[in-house]
Amino acid sequence: MRSQIIELTNLCYSGAVTEQPAIEVDGLTREFRRGPRAVDAIDLRVSPGEIYGFLGPNGAGKSTTVLMLTTLLPPTSGRATVGGYDIGRQGAQVRASIGAALQEAALDAILTGREHLVLQATLQGLPAAERRRRADQLLARVGLTEAADRRVGGYSGGMKRRLDLALALVHRPRILFLDEPTTGLDPQSRAALWEEVRHLAHDEGITVFLTTQYLEEADVLADRIGIIDHGRIVAEGTPAQLKAEISSPSVEIMPAEEQRSDRLAELLSSFGEPLRDGRGRVTVKLPRGEAQLAEVVRLLDRASLRVQTLQLHQPSLDDVFLAKTGRKLEGALDADSAPGPAGEPPARRRGRRRGR
Amino acid sequence: MVVDLAHEPQTVRPPASGVSLTEQTLAVAKRAIVRTSRQRALLVFPMIFPLILFAINGSALSAATKIPGFPTQNYRDFLIAVPFVQGAMFVSITAGVDLARDIESGFLNRLALTPLRGEALLIGQLGGALVLGTLQAIVYMLVGLASGVSFASGLGGALVLLLLANVIAFAFASLGGLLALRFGTGEAVQGIFPLLFVTLFLSSSSLPLDLIKATWFRDIAACNPVSYLLGGLRSLVISGWDGQALALAFGFALAILVLALGFSQAAMKTRLARR
Amino acid sequence: MRRFLHVTRGVAWRSIHNTVVNPAILVPSIVFPLFFLVAFAGGLSRIAEVPNFHYRPGYTSFQFVFVFLQSAAFGGVFTGFAVARDFDSGFARRLLLSAPHRGGIIAGYVLGALLRWAITGAVVTLAAAIAGMHVYGDGAELVALLGLGVLMNLVAALWACGLAMFLRTEQAGAVIQMPVFVLLFLAPVYVPLSLLTGWIHDVARYNPVTAVLQAARGLLAGSPTELALAFGLLAAGALIFGAFARRGLASAERAG
Repeated sequence: MRSQIIELTNLCYSGAVTEQPAIEVDGLTREFRRGPRAVDAIDLRVSPGEIYGFLGPNGAGKSTTVLMLTTLLPPTSGRATVGGYDIGRQGAQVRASIGAALQEAALDAILTGREHLVLQATLQGLPAAERRRRADQLLARVGLTEAADRRVGGYSGGMKRRLDLALALVHRPRILFLDEPTTGLDPQSRAALWEEVRHLAHDEGITVFLTTQYLEEADVLADRIGIIDHGRIVAEGTPAQLKAEISSPSVEIMPAEEQRSDRLAELLSSFGEPLRDGRGRVTVKLPRGEAQLAEVVRLLDRASLRVQTLQLHQPSLDDVFLAKTGRKLEGALDADSAPGPAGEPPARRRGRRRGR
Repeated sequence: MVVDLAHEPQTVRPPASGVSLTEQTLAVAKRAIVRTSRQRALLVFPMIFPLILFAINGSALSAATKIPGFPTQNYRDFLIAVPFVQGAMFVSITAGVDLARDIESGFLNRLALTPLRGEALLIGQLGGALVLGTLQAIVYMLVGLASGVSFASGLGGALVLLLLANVIAFAFASLGGLLALRFGTGEAVQGIFPLLFVTLFLSSSSLPLDLIKATWFRDIAACNPVSYLLGGLRSLVISGWDGQALALAFGFALAILVLALGFSQAAMKTRLARR
Repeated sequence: MRRFLHVTRGVAWRSIHNTVVNPAILVPSIVFPLFFLVAFAGGLSRIAEVPNFHYRPGYTSFQFVFVFLQSAAFGGVFTGFAVARDFDSGFARRLLLSAPHRGGIIAGYVLGALLRWAITGAVVTLAAAIAGMHVYGDGAELVALLGLGVLMNLVAALWACGLAMFLRTEQAGAVIQMPVFVLLFLAPVYVPLSLLTGWIHDVARYNPVTAVLQAARGLLAGSPTELALAFGLLAAGALIFGAFARRGLASAERAG
């Protein structure tokens, strides 16, 4: 094992890794006994230093994918490499090159934050002299220095998530898996975690594979997004690509005088079917994109129609999700919170392995 | 969140090149011991309960020494073996529930992502139970001595008794660990406790095997390994050095230990289904 | 009064329903007394050969009485566990909100405990009969024995419900059962009081459970003794712990 790890070390630091994807997945599938496929032949590539957002509702197969990629759950079929290592045959090397903060912030309520980090550092094989120093560094980094010697049982949700992240970073991994890292956090803690993830990827070159059920999170954080639903990847690309692919922007105009909204709708009908709300506001899609905004302004100017507000709306990821799955993501969250056909068995969430 | 780049070296260190099995075991054991020592409130009941039963039954059943053929004049000499085994049974629950909680919370998954070896995890996890078992055994021995129990085998016998009590506690802790690994929930581990309790009562815990009148009960007690664990402990108190009784007690305790650890090892492999 | 009875019936129904449909609750409450019967009556039967041990119906009957009363007491204790569980899960709050007569909640739990013990008591009696228990008491004496069991169940249930309502957490289990367990085992469990020596004799002499146990053994043997004392003690216990349970409920009401 030692020689294999040294081999990884060479790969990591000689730049060999940068020539291949950090994560490469081909036809990865996982079936649970007496259930349909939780993950159904997915393919994906994640480049080094990229933040890849894996977006989908509960039970879509996000966590199952993460468990497979982190070698904690054997796939039923398909293959994947992480850090250049095969998840089926080179588990130890995969684990040496990754850090993971899994969905259940698996912490021991009775231990302190510092004790967690020192234990993790010991098990990861850091030299005895370095363990405490590394723990101190990471505690400072995630803003837990003051709480370091308090038992984790008394930590808030945000503090637990930050400790979870610090634990994942103990051995300085090149690839980081974050499974729904902000679920249940308040907006402030969420924003802080986003900032940290951005820093890890963009300043330190760590590849981040992040699962989320929040559209906003995927939109603002991910360089590329894969949308998963019922175990299949239904769309993939940068947020802008995905939005552009399924829809064009729209312009929403409120006339200065409400009674002129009929005239406004008549003018805008040259772009497409205008939609009106009850308060005089008119919305129309711009089939050739935002470049047409100038045409809209010129048209209004020529007609001497004064405007109170004019807003350009880009399509959202929710529109993308709707277009690709026929459902709104929010609706899917509700519908899939009950054990759905592709939902992981509830037992899995508790870490049980029987029946896998 | 405070992002303190000054503290974070930008040069990337290679991953650790491995850590010895002993070091891993000690790290996990240290955590188990810290956990155990911080849950004192939960430890009091398992420690006290066998002593309460010892105090009550030691007096309430003292008339049993008048049964012809009873091996000692002091019923407490006969009964003192019971708290050791009962305490070990409580240790099995503590050890099992602790491990099950790690499985339920996902902490085991966290450990599985490190180069930790299954053996280190198992033995280290049981280390906390072993410390608890030792502590209990010393308390039971002191209480026994204070209540008039005398050791026919002397100081050496008392030390052997402590050793045997520890092996028994470790064996039962391994059983608890096995249940946790097999079923993965604290409830399942606790659910087994009544069964352990039953095996204690359906043994020679209250009367020697040859003085049990109901044949069916005597037969069950004679087939029950707990009778032999008690027999070994008891021999050191009542009859001095009894090679056969000690061999049977150590033999059964080690057999339980080896079987439980063997099956645990297999269960751990399934549980840590990392490739 | 009608509202009180409605609440009582509803709570009791739920209590018994949960017991019957949930093997994890039902099985231990039946198996434990059976097991004690087997362990004591079977394993310790030679104790009856101790000089001056006189109990005409035999050692199985001697132990049956103890296990019968113990199962009654623990039927009450287990109900206390259920109350504590209800507070932990938040169900008790729903009960407090929706019950038009809150006194009915205690009555319902207590009635549930009694119905629950009816199952256990019947099984233990049947098992003892199969094991060859001798009964010398007549019909009236056996009814009186049953009455002692019912009162024992009532007292224990009121204690357990009251404490569970004060503590309102499942962790209260050990605190609820420990005093009952100790009190029961500080009575003459294995031999008659006259054969106990030392501190246990002194404690057992003043333990109220001793009077109840001796009266019950006397009823089974057809030679009742200390009946008035036993019934009086249990009635007093019911009054005291009834008031305790009422205060427990008031404490839960205040906590909201």
